[in-house]
Amino acid sequence: MSTANTAHSVVEPSQTSKRIAGAIIILYAIITMVPLAWIFLTSFKSPPDSISYPPKVVFQPTLEGYCNLFTTRTRQTPEYIQSLGAPVSTCDEITRNRNMVIAGPSNYWPRFQNSLIIAFGSTFLAVFLGTLSAYGFSRFKVPLADDILFFILSTRMMPPIAVAIPIYLMYRELGLSDTALGMILLYTAVNVSLAVWLLKGFIDEIPREYEEAAMIDGYTRLQAFRKVVLPQATTGIAATAIFCLIFAWNEYAFAVLLTSGSAQTAPPFIPTIIGEGGQDWPAVAAGTTIFLVPILVFTILLRKQLLRGITFGAVRK
Amino acid sequence: MRKMTKALLGATTALTLSTVAPSASQAAELTLCWAAWDPANALVELSKDFTAQSGTDMKFEFVPWPNFADRILNELNAGGKLCDLLIGDSQWLGGSAENGYYVKLNDFFDKEGIKMSDFAQAAVNAYSTWPKGTPNYWALPAMGDANAWFYRKDWFAKPEIQAEFKAATGRDLVPPTTWPELLETAKFFNGKDIDGKKVYGAAIFTERASEGITMGATQALYANGFKYEMTPGKYDMEGAVNSADAIKGLEEYKELYKCCTPPGYTDAYMGETLDAFKSGQAAMAMNWFAFFPGLVKDENVGGDKIGFFNNPKGTTNASTLGGQGISVVANTDNMDGALAYIKWFAQPDVQKKWWSLGGYAVHNAVLNDPSFKDSQPFAADFLVAMNQVQDFWQEPSYAILLQATQKRLHDYVVADQGTAKEALDGLVKDWTEVFEDDGKL
Amino acid sequence: MTDNNTTLLDKAAEKAVRATPVPLVYRVRGLSDRSIAWLFILPTIVLLLAINIFPLIWAVYLSFTNFRANRPNAEIEGVGFSNYQRVLTDPDIWQAMQTTAHFVFWTILLQMLIGFALAYLIDRKFRGHAFWTTVILIPMMLSPAVVGNFWRFLYQPQIGLFNYVYAFFTGVEPSSFQMLGSVTLSPWAIIIVDTWMWTPYVMLICLAGLRSIPDYIYEAAEVDRASAWRQFWSITVPMALPFIMLAVLFRAIENFKMFDMVVLLTGGGPGSTTEVASITLKREAFESWRTGRASAFAIILFVAVFGLANIYVKALNRVKQR
Repeated sequence: MSTANTAHSVVEPSQTSKRIAGAIIILYAIITMVPLAWIFLTSFKSPPDSISYPPKVVFQPTLEGYCNLFTTRTRQTPEYIQSLGAPVSTCDEITRNRNMVIAGPSNYWPRFQNSLIIAFGSTFLAVFLGTLSAYGFSRFKVPLADDILFFILSTRMMPPIAVAIPIYLMYRELGLSDTALGMILLYTAVNVSLAVWLLKGFIDEIPREYEEAAMIDGYTRLQAFRKVVLPQATTGIAATAIFCLIFAWNEYAFAVLLTSGSAQTAPPFIPTIIGEGGQDWPAVAAGTTIFLVPILVFTILLRKQLLRGITFGAVRK
Repeated sequence: MRKMTKALLGATTALTLSTVAPSASQAAELTLCWAAWDPANALVELSKDFTAQSGTDMKFEFVPWPNFADRILNELNAGGKLCDLLIGDSQWLGGSAENGYYVKLNDFFDKEGIKMSDFAQAAVNAYSTWPKGTPNYWALPAMGDANAWFYRKDWFAKPEIQAEFKAATGRDLVPPTTWPELLETAKFFNGKDIDGKKVYGAAIFTERASEGITMGATQALYANGFKYEMTPGKYDMEGAVNSADAIKGLEEYKELYKCCTPPGYTDAYMGETLDAFKSGQAAMAMNWFAFFPGLVKDENVGGDKIGFFNNPKGTTNASTLGGQGISVVANTDNMDGALAYIKWFAQPDVQKKWWSLGGYAVHNAVLNDPSFKDSQPFAADFLVAMNQVQDFWQEPSYAILLQATQKRLHDYVVADQGTAKEALDGLVKDWTEVFEDDGKL
Repeated sequence: MTDNNTTLLDKAAEKAVRATPVPLVYRVRGLSDRSIAWLFILPTIVLLLAINIFPLIWAVYLSFTNFRANRPNAEIEGVGFSNYQRVLTDPDIWQAMQTTAHFVFWTILLQMLIGFALAYLIDRKFRGHAFWTTVILIPMMLSPAVVGNFWRFLYQPQIGLFNYVYAFFTGVEPSSFQMLGSVTLSPWAIIIVDTWMWTPYVMLICLAGLRSIPDYIYEAAEVDRASAWRQFWSITVPMALPFIMLAVLFRAIENFKMFDMVVLLTGGGPGSTTEVASITLKREAFESWRTGRASAFAIILFVAVFGLANIYVKALNRVKQR
């Protein structure tokens, strides 16, 4: 992806082969996008349109899915609905057309907020601790550093369910079950391994001479760290932060086992959005769409650092 | 990039600091946990009266059925404080009573003059007592329920279909009263074109992950005389669980699944069977009574188009038990408020309103009311069903027993592995192992 | 335990100070390097000890007992190795391991083939390749649970898009087959979704591998008049191999742990056809609540991943050194 790469001068591919390659890649990209496009389209369908056969590509768009996502509704008799005043919002009107009235807000927004708090909180902590440790491992000779680092990495190899068993018991004793704090600590511990590895790579690339020069100028090491190393490492820190955020944002296994309500995040919640029968697909699609948007933005912002992040810094390019 | 980092850091710090601190639980607030389904919405409506009288705000945590047991039992085991009040399944009583997750209500009932004799006896035994049938109360019966059937009355009433059915089977097209009749009727409808649409025989429970297929298949098993033990209380399952009658019942359930369910209903529970029926795909379907008030109100298939019937007979009359009692979670911070809710809920007037809103009250003041039978098209069936219900194990180890059942039944019925006898023999083996681990065998 | 670690860390800090150039040590005001090393590394280590190591040790202990997390009042008894014995002789668990192996094998094979092909094509550097690469990468950034849940909708035999599109191109009846409900097709249903999601990941690593091959090697081959076919097999593939192996390693570890996507697609069904190891473990630990036995299974899984990964890393290093 890097543009700095020199072109293969002698072995530059022919125009025809470029065109064929381009056509195949574009075709593949379009195919992979179909499921996502379908989620987006479904979120604007009415429930009957969403389950019609054959699947509808052209339909009358409606906000019903989004209304259903954010509200709970009860079925009422037409006479009762007649007796109410004029609808106060678009959602109100849409709901009444289905012989229902809005009973209150749904749990989607609180769950989404939990996701925000837990993902951002754990990301902040993981990056904070990770930066400090990475600096420590990078600049000081820590005995057994390689072993400690490998150990840190290996904590991510364990199946989450295996980790969850003792964590569940520990949180029960400590009263951390179903709390945002408990989830933040857990995600931080999982993410800090990625953060240390990635950031150590980034900090290793900053020449030691910079801080040494600063220290000769009278800075203490802490000052040198703050004023010289940190600004140099900003890109690395940002990239690391986004990777930690993506993990915490998408995580399901821990969330489903260790939270039940107060601290539940969106991923375990979205699959449980149901209508009067089974899943209310337009509402599920709406919830999914809203949930995916932040990640799509990050992917685009991040495309240059992607490789380093997803391979634990094992591949740098 | 740097600006972005700063903004990100700032935002996270603010968010973290402002919200990590656990919000102090307010005394004048109660959280009630239950499954997310029609009756739960009715309870929200009913509870508005309680809030008006007591000034206590009600919060609700409704979990869809497939996740309900999993999540709430996890919450109880974790010692969480999510629920003050819990409307939990009858099978949870054993474990919750023995582990002290529920408050024992005997003293409270005595003090407030709440008499269990005011409630239907079968319901009290099923939803309140542990050990079964003893006067140790861990819940107030909140919602009576059983598994039953409904059908497209309008299709059954079409003269041309009636004639065709008579020609094919030699009997009149009426709701089936025996399992062979049920199979025959389902096969008759399956694949037919009605109103320009291909329809299927019956939508039944086949869900794998939680309890679906067990709750469905036991309809056939119980009706055919399936028993858990040869002698009650002795855990001697050989010959009861895998009796010839039980094998026949399970084979009938599989036959119904194979011949007559709509395509894709391989992992279907309450929601999916409702969808199959409401979308006009199924001539008949099974589901809990809890959904029937909503079905009657349905714009497309409700009203005159729907009829109800109890589980058909095999060698005996039987229905699979559903329903729940309401318990106070021992961990609550608002014990007085939670007990006050139970006291309010037990009043005959509240129970009457509960029934009128779509909840299945089992208070005698409701059930013995002469107008009860005619208050809903399925009310009479409900009374019959509640007198013939059978329940799954309620042992503290019920979850392991249920899991083994889910696996054996789904392997046989849906994944087509082995025979009915092998499935039930395997079940005896699995269950024996569990009871041995528990020191009961 | 804490004492031991303090002394270990103390020594670490000591050494760190000694290793730091002398002139600097003299110049430091405020905190010494030793305390900084302390201050910087300790919080992370403490967190990892508290959330990773301590629970792991606890799990090892529990695996030798009959403990059940839903029986807080029951007495905990040691049972020796019987939990391990029961796990290792349980046919259901071996079935789950086989299912996992099948899943890991096919997803890796498919992802490697498609991923490498895509990387090779993108490396042709056609116009707009950067944009299309970013588009292709999107699926792997998404939540497997949330997207897996939606794939269940796409796989519905009557209303889902998947059957409809397949039927459109082949002319079969859309409701004539069920991806999630059929014993033969459901393992492939999860393999398709996983491949859709993670092929971009493999592609990205392969692309890095292809770009790491210096041009002069190709130039030399060109001078020798080696055919494109020979160049591909004698230069491209061997030079990119360490990267491909790395991709295999990361994907294998991830898919060995697979839980969320499969839970939401099939829940392990029909029957137990797609019940991968993590689902069995979850049922044992959080539905049956046989915590002791589940811990033993967890430890076995962990040792297996860890051991296999270590062996594999050694092989990888040997390839790299060649």
